[in-house]
Amino acid sequence: MIELVRRLTDAFGVSGYEDQIRSVIRAEVEGLADEMRVDALGNLAVLRRGTGGGQKVMLAAHMDQIGLMVSHVDDRGYLWFTSIGYLYALACWGGQVRFADGTVGTVGLDGRVNPTKALPALRDMYVDVGATGRAEVKQKVGDVAVFSLPFVAQGDAWFASNMDDRIGCAVLVQLLRELRGQEITHDLYVVFTAQEEVGPRGAVVSAYAIDPDLAIAVDVTDTGDTPHASPPMEVHMGRGVAIKVQDSGMISHAGLNRRLMATADSAGVPYQLEVLQGGTTDAYSIQVSRQGIPTTALSLPSRYIHAPSQIVDRRDVEAAVALLRAFVSQPTCI
Amino acid sequence: MTELSDLLERLSNEFGPSGQERKVRTLIRDEISPHVDRVEVDALGNLLAYKQGTGPEPRLRVMLSAHMDEVGFMVTRIEKGGHLRLRLVGSIDKRVLLAKRVLIGEAQIPGVICSPPPHLQSAEQRVKVLDADTLAIDVGASSEKEAGAKVKVGDYGVLASRYVTLSADPRWPTVRGKAFDDRAGCSALISILGRSYPVDLIAAFTVQEEVGLRGARVAAYRAAPEAAFALEGTICDDTPAPEDEDRTAVTRMGDGPALTLMDRSVVSHPGMTRLLEAAAEAQGIKIQYKAPGLGSTDSGAIHLTRAGVPASVIGIPCRYIHSPASILNLDDLANTARLVAAALELISQQDLVRQG
Repeated sequence: MIELVRRLTDAFGVSGYEDQIRSVIRAEVEGLADEMRVDALGNLAVLRRGTGGGQKVMLAAHMDQIGLMVSHVDDRGYLWFTSIGYLYALACWGGQVRFADGTVGTVGLDGRVNPTKALPALRDMYVDVGATGRAEVKQKVGDVAVFSLPFVAQGDAWFASNMDDRIGCAVLVQLLRELRGQEITHDLYVVFTAQEEVGPRGAVVSAYAIDPDLAIAVDVTDTGDTPHASPPMEVHMGRGVAIKVQDSGMISHAGLNRRLMATADSAGVPYQLEVLQGGTTDAYSIQVSRQGIPTTALSLPSRYIHAPSQIVDRRDVEAAVALLRAFVSQPTCI
Repeated sequence: MTELSDLLERLSNEFGPSGQERKVRTLIRDEISPHVDRVEVDALGNLLAYKQGTGPEPRLRVMLSAHMDEVGFMVTRIEKGGHLRLRLVGSIDKRVLLAKRVLIGEAQIPGVICSPPPHLQSAEQRVKVLDADTLAIDVGASSEKEAGAKVKVGDYGVLASRYVTLSADPRWPTVRGKAFDDRAGCSALISILGRSYPVDLIAAFTVQEEVGLRGARVAAYRAAPEAAFALEGTICDDTPAPEDEDRTAVTRMGDGPALTLMDRSVVSHPGMTRLLEAAAEAQGIKIQYKAPGLGSTDSGAIHLTRAGVPASVIGIPCRYIHSPASILNLDDLANTARLVAAALELISQQDLVRQG
């Protein structure tokens, strides 16, 4: 699975511009499903038909990561930008970004801003592609870039700039791999969604199109295990997959969560319960689609979400795959 | 078909704040009815016009939207002394409100937003921006009763302003008026309906865009288009600015229709952006790109309806947007209509496919 995670985290994809990661994922799931569809917003929906008598189950993980879009190229070739999704200004300064064509740049700060006096703002930052004049710069207004550190596996800890949510995508690809050759009753819609970080948007239309009987989003969540973590949170890296009770966008379907916990208990999968106070996932959009859909989320505990170096624990990732596999292997899910 | 500037003048002068677009809708309906197959008004007041295409089946269903509503205010209280309290409808910079002439209600009762005389203001008071809650409107009444005979709580009002031609020079034709956002888009859309296209068109003149893209959401659900273009009057902040300032304006007047790559509500479908670029190239229309990350439009609501709609936004640069006196260049307006018409001639299913 490490190599899968490496491939997914290496691929370029920012909200609204997921072409590259989508084609990487498409290649990964080729042969693992009966049908694949890309919709108007760029969601990649993969259908694995069941034997019948089961439910329409939707699993969603988002392909896009946060990033930036060039809004002005100045006379000297510095690239001023606007954010795509939520960027912490503090985490941008001095970081390295990569454009879709592979060009890299460093995020600099306007010299008039004194970072010791006040927190710098994104509008005071620019990307420096190392040019010595405007003529050398090929980037233009509208070009997009992401923070992009290479994937590193270090003991049980996996590092990348975009664990949010390439790790969720990896979980779903791995699930499809492990289900190969196995018969399940349910029609499984595995959706690699687009534009979560600016909405969620992709999930809105995907849920409408599929109209599932139940849905589980797979995304990262915060942890409470860092120094003076605020607000306090019970979720810790390494203690298993997190079952989301609620976050700032939605309250999970209690019945679905009970089924997940019972499944985890009988399959011996370690899990923890999650209440997230700042943030939400595709589940927020899916839950209120059409007449409403029983929805919850399974989360990968992750430190430093929306910062350039995000960490998840291999054991939590494996637990997520194991729980999902046990869950969808049941004749009924809800 | 009525000339574009004449359309803009009549639409700009008309009264139509978010939630009370009736007069604008009537004007538009009269204008377009001879040129479309069918017209509907839905539960929220959107005006939907259907025009069958001339191409062979299966024909693409394309929605073009422009919103009829303008920002304004609503009367919330009538005070004992006869002056009115207000609440803003849509987003208006509070700094533009003091001392403005207003028109209230169906009867268009004239009044003014009260302003303190400078003689009585301290230095601090002069630079403080007053909250909408502390503003009042004077309709020239001496008592609550007298004011109540002219206006009611719940009456809508707009900033009063008449359309004016600033320059008739064909090299730089400029006009001034209120509500160019989005009567400019409405004018362009009306003129586009003047002829036929290969594709099936749904022209949605929407309501309540300024208070949350509300009309567009239901209009798109009803019409279920396969692609959508929103025509907007958009931010133009090219002036005043020092000549040598190293800054990209949101849009520049005279630089043509502005394509949105990304605003706060939508990331435009890249295939549609490429289509618009190809149409511009083919027609020799100069285009610009709106600075990303600003504003929201009907496409923000439309693209998320049902199973999703490929959507894009074309903006007509309007200086001093959301104020009683916007300025636009009539060539930008005409070229926006031309660009969209050209795109409608070229658009095919291929443009709507996503790469990857």
